[in-house]
Amino acid sequence: MPEQLFQFLLTGITVGSLYALVGLGFALIYNASDVVNFAQGEFVMLGAMLTIALLGAGLPLPLAALAATGLTVLVGLLLERFAIEPALGAPVVSTIIITIGAAIFLRGAALLLWGKDFHRLPAFSGDAPIQLGSATLLPQSLWVLGGTALLVLGVRFFFERTRPGKALLACSYNRTAAQLVGINVRVMLRLAYGLSAGLGALAGILIAPITFSSYEAGVMLGLKGFSAAIVGGMGNPMGAVVGGLLLGVLESLGAGLISSGYKDAIAFLFVLMVLFFEPTGLFGHKVAERV
Amino acid sequence: MRLAGFYGFAALVVLLPLLFPNDYFVIVVGASAGLHAILAVGLNLLVGYAGQISLGHAAFFGMGAYASAILTTRFGWPGLLALLAGLLVAGLLAWLLARPILRLRGHYLAMATLGFGVIVHVILVQATDWTGGPDGLSGIPPLNLSGWTVEGDLQWYGVIAAAMLLAIWLSLNLVDSQIGRALRAVHGSEFAAQMMGIDTASAKTRVFVVSALFAAFAGSLFAHQQAFVSPDSFNLAVSVELVTMVVLGGIASTFGAACGAIALTLLRQGLVVFEDYEMLIHGALLMAVMIFLPQGLFVGLGQALRTGLRRCGLGRRRDRHRSLSTAGVQDPGSPP
Amino acid sequence: MNALSPSTPLLRVEGLEQSFGGVMALAGVSFQLDEGVIQAVIGPNGAGKTTLFNALCGFYRPSAGSIRFAGQELRGLPPYRIAAHGIARTFQNLQLFFNMTVIENVMVGCHLRARTRWLAAALRLPQVRREERQLRQWAREALTLCDLADWAEQSAGALPYGLMKRVEIARALAARPRLLLLDEPAAGLNDTETLALRELIARIRASGVTVLLVEHHMPLVMGVSDRLLVLDYGSVLAEGAPAEIQADPRVIAAYLGGAVHYAV
Repeated sequence: MPEQLFQFLLTGITVGSLYALVGLGFALIYNASDVVNFAQGEFVMLGAMLTIALLGAGLPLPLAALAATGLTVLVGLLLERFAIEPALGAPVVSTIIITIGAAIFLRGAALLLWGKDFHRLPAFSGDAPIQLGSATLLPQSLWVLGGTALLVLGVRFFFERTRPGKALLACSYNRTAAQLVGINVRVMLRLAYGLSAGLGALAGILIAPITFSSYEAGVMLGLKGFSAAIVGGMGNPMGAVVGGLLLGVLESLGAGLISSGYKDAIAFLFVLMVLFFEPTGLFGHKVAERV
Repeated sequence: MRLAGFYGFAALVVLLPLLFPNDYFVIVVGASAGLHAILAVGLNLLVGYAGQISLGHAAFFGMGAYASAILTTRFGWPGLLALLAGLLVAGLLAWLLARPILRLRGHYLAMATLGFGVIVHVILVQATDWTGGPDGLSGIPPLNLSGWTVEGDLQWYGVIAAAMLLAIWLSLNLVDSQIGRALRAVHGSEFAAQMMGIDTASAKTRVFVVSALFAAFAGSLFAHQQAFVSPDSFNLAVSVELVTMVVLGGIASTFGAACGAIALTLLRQGLVVFEDYEMLIHGALLMAVMIFLPQGLFVGLGQALRTGLRRCGLGRRRDRHRSLSTAGVQDPGSPP
Repeated sequence: MNALSPSTPLLRVEGLEQSFGGVMALAGVSFQLDEGVIQAVIGPNGAGKTTLFNALCGFYRPSAGSIRFAGQELRGLPPYRIAAHGIARTFQNLQLFFNMTVIENVMVGCHLRARTRWLAAALRLPQVRREERQLRQWAREALTLCDLADWAEQSAGALPYGLMKRVEIARALAARPRLLLLDEPAAGLNDTETLALRELIARIRASGVTVLLVEHHMPLVMGVSDRLLVLDYGSVLAEGAPAEIQADPRVIAAYLGGAVHYAV
């Protein structure tokens, strides 16, 4: 049993890293705009699909990945400019529907471009499984874990050490005050969408060799990423990362120990349990309304 | 009179099949739109008036459908009894779920309801012995309404239209009463509502249960109409679509919700001709409507109409029909 | 409603304690309020005035002490039950229902006087129709008392700020409370509006409602109150008639900042 547990743990952390990255994207946009961007999962899908397409067109892998990320960032910026900005000031529910519309739009575009087939990216450094005791690890998983760690640290550095990062955080704490000290909230919004799109794309590229990608791949991923952000506490980027890892591990354990058919149900049951005990997530701001 | 709009709408609903008795679009798609309208009107009480969110309402829709399906096919229950059982199950579950879930706010509430919806869907897919798994259950007997068996598209249009009009009527009545105002108060300010003596937790629970009942009711009708149910009809996409209908039509407006449901149903049908481009256009249209008419179709078009009429010198300065007006709209009234 | 014996105060608060984390917002507050009196609670910012209100209304759970209203213990009850005992309030940060019209706001205020149930409302039974008319009439009365009758059909959010504050008062009065808590009713009002407010408070008392108000606007406080309660750092510093309080050296030191006399 313990050997199996270790295997589930490894799988869980790998999948959890993916959720962490997607969740990070959710947290970023939410921080800048109080909106949950339901197209986040689609950024992940686009990163993967574009890389596969560019690879198929003859570009070497690193270039394809870079170009795909750049293109996805562009999509994120375009989304912000043409769908989100015109609707600034609309009720939050309306903006959520806009991002849902955007998600459907991007899925529709992917369907047109690449059909319903499943595609796969070749692993970055081969498929030979690595033995870790009684568990096996795909080399790609190491890429995922390493890549995630780098990206998370990068985001952390961005928030804590750079001016744009701190400005973005300021927006999340109090947008009016941020504006009053000269922070251009519009630019921050664009930054948030661009950054989230980039993170999403990279996450998609990292995981593409392990899972199969298709035009619909973004749906469940987006959901799990959203769950990760919620579990961690909406608006807390590092919380989203922890939430994602927890979610991945618990889902994997549930799938392995209880039933793989019910794994999604188990994952969401976990989310519900967290919310039951912590209504604003594990690390979320406890909102105290002043009466 | 208070219900002028309602009677007008009812007249239209009755006239349509008489004018186009053989039109597929009117009869079949109309019936589908009617079911969606029942769902949307119920959901609107929760989302539009009480200000809560539910991204898992397809679960209650599914509960009603599967209750009817399972009880009639596997246990030979009469249709109406199965329908009542479905209402009971959905209502009970909603009641149990409401207290813990409705303590949550905003996105956390959205997530909790979403999670609930996914869990129910997974159960529908996995519990093959009971639900028939991903292939669903077929052979659901026709609905028997004390002697009369509902058969054929036209009869189903009639039944669903009647059910929809009933749902709208009940909703309009609720909204235009102290109960409705109490719900809107909960949405407006929970603190103030509590200081008026409103037990906000109880109010939110009740509206959640009522909206679940509407959904389960629609579900049972759906099961008998299609004679077949499968989990695909009750997944997250459906839940999201239901919320979209409410928002699209105009929050805090019963007619808005119904119109949103009808519009979206017609849209989906209309888009089928575009085949591969369907999804793309669907997404683009959704974005466009919400960007240009953030208050929703019903309210937005209504405002545009009123502005247009005013420019032509017609129409009233203020909308006095409480049943048609939308509470969510800020009307910049002029001082006396 | 309990009739009070002549010696029983309407509200008796004893040893009320409220802490947030390590901060003692209320450190044993005791006072009493007789029926028909207008009492003002004053004190520097942070003294615990609004905390006192929130504790009285059930939004906070005091850790110790007792709140007896017309002989009934209220501590520990949720706000909607405290309201049912006959207490209404306005809020420091306006808590109007901006999604409704002015008269609808006030009709919600009548909630405790309404008997409509869900099923009856959904079926629009005759008693519901009758009650709607009755509620509308009660709301109009409250609006008229507050000089707001002309604004009844306006959306609550479209009113000037001063009028919005008055709508909150009308809404609170619609419940026909025995005790009305006004939380900084003059905040944000200009002199004309403040004068109108003073007259309104007098009219409210004349209609039989006891008033407890938190306020910073000294001329209003001195002009309208029968008694003052001074809070400082969560404790009662002084209690008495306005003239006494103005002369009290402790109060002057803590709050009034100099022996300034306000025209009564």
